[in-house]
Amino acid sequence: MPLELFLDLYSPPCRAIYIFARKNGIPFELRPVELGRGEHLKPEFLKVNPLGKVPALKDGDFLLAESVAILLYLNRKYQAAAHWYPTELQARARVDEYLAWQHTAIQLPATNVYLCKSLLPHFSGQPVDPVRLDRLLGKLKPALRHLDQEVLATKPFLATEQLSLADLMAFTELMQPTAVGCDIFQDWPRLAAWRARVEAALGPELVQDAHRLVLQPRDPRDAQRDPKLAQELVQRLLERLS
Amino acid sequence: MGLELYLDLLSQPCRAVYIFAKKNGIPFKLCTTEVFKGQLQSKEFFQINMLRKIPVLKDGDFILTESSAILIYLSSKYQTADHWYPADLQARARVHEYLGWHADCIRGTFGVPLWTQVIAPLTGAHVPEEKVERNKTAMDRALQQLEDKFLGDQAFLTGQQMSLADLMAFEELMQPVAVGYDLFEGRPKLAAWRERVEAFLGSDLFQETHGPILNILEQAVNKKFPKPSPEVYPYILLRISRIP
Repeated sequence: MPLELFLDLYSPPCRAIYIFARKNGIPFELRPVELGRGEHLKPEFLKVNPLGKVPALKDGDFLLAESVAILLYLNRKYQAAAHWYPTELQARARVDEYLAWQHTAIQLPATNVYLCKSLLPHFSGQPVDPVRLDRLLGKLKPALRHLDQEVLATKPFLATEQLSLADLMAFTELMQPTAVGCDIFQDWPRLAAWRARVEAALGPELVQDAHRLVLQPRDPRDAQRDPKLAQELVQRLLERLS
Repeated sequence: MGLELYLDLLSQPCRAVYIFAKKNGIPFKLCTTEVFKGQLQSKEFFQINMLRKIPVLKDGDFILTESSAILIYLSSKYQTADHWYPADLQARARVHEYLGWHADCIRGTFGVPLWTQVIAPLTGAHVPEEKVERNKTAMDRALQQLEDKFLGDQAFLTGQQMSLADLMAFEELMQPVAVGYDLFEGRPKLAAWRERVEAFLGSDLFQETHGPILNILEQAVNKKFPKPSPEVYPYILLRISRIP
């Protein structure tokens, strides 16, 4: 039974895993899980991940959730090149440090910008609220400033001198608001240069392939398909983004 | 110059690092950095960590932040017993799986009662009741997932032995307990896990580490908890405003 990866490519951590597996020639079966259709909450998926979230991995009988855990597992099992997750103690600690920090510093605020700019208007039928968007962009700003002014001032990549899992996770997270029209790189030249560097290192075709879904406009028929689900989602989003 | 750990034992992740170092006999200099005395805002501390957060590890010129990164670094450098951070591929994946979920669902949630019940009243900051209720709901949900998905029928969160996951979880759960929330009431499986963790740590280390946090409620009630200095107020208000 081959490795199965349960992913929704709308989700940045899922894209990171997709890119990592493809880049490293890891054979896997892609099991798409459409968050927009609530598939992550259905019993069939909950058997794979009772936490009801993507990404998830199934390797024979072994089930694993959480993007960082999955990346580290794949990295080690398939013996990816050392630059992804160095063996040297201090270099590895830098990658661990970024992967821990990014949950609240990057993932949370970047996702909120995306939800405000794309998902909420899509499911509510209302235009983007510029005041809310501005406030949410403001919450992402300190982390972007830190990366641009402090982290990238002394090295070309986020954790070490080479591309690592830190850069991969950061890239797909920061592409989320970017893909839906919030150019978060515009004020941060080092970060913009880093982005180009990462894209070149991963391969533009692979990056494009992984981001195909999030880059295209959403199907306007989505929201009408299940009005009740859409309404619940809008409620939850409003609460989360308040 | 030996290992230095910048910690405040009122902080959950700091306690996890402290306990880990002590339990494993790792020699270090404790650089106590008191949050409510404004020491995170000092110029000296900015040189240690520009992000103004604790815990911080300083090993010669090497400075490291983030409690899970620090724990993993210490476990590798000092070659601590395998159960803390197992070498086995799948067992190690379980620890990282927990730590990922912890970052989203435990961290930022279980620290809230200290801020709403003790710190906010001291500074006169108002916390809307709906935030307190929302936090209780979030804690309940997290505790259920902790019990069902992670603990299950195992002795510890990621297997039959204590790991970094249990340490991180335990310290977060102790925070609301310290301000009077009995999280373990009606949750016998979790209560049993808590006892196993405490037994593993040993009562001396437990008392030493949890002295400050366990005294906080008593101090607050008896008005003996030092009122935070003015330069800390903006930081306190910021933390409170971040409560969802």
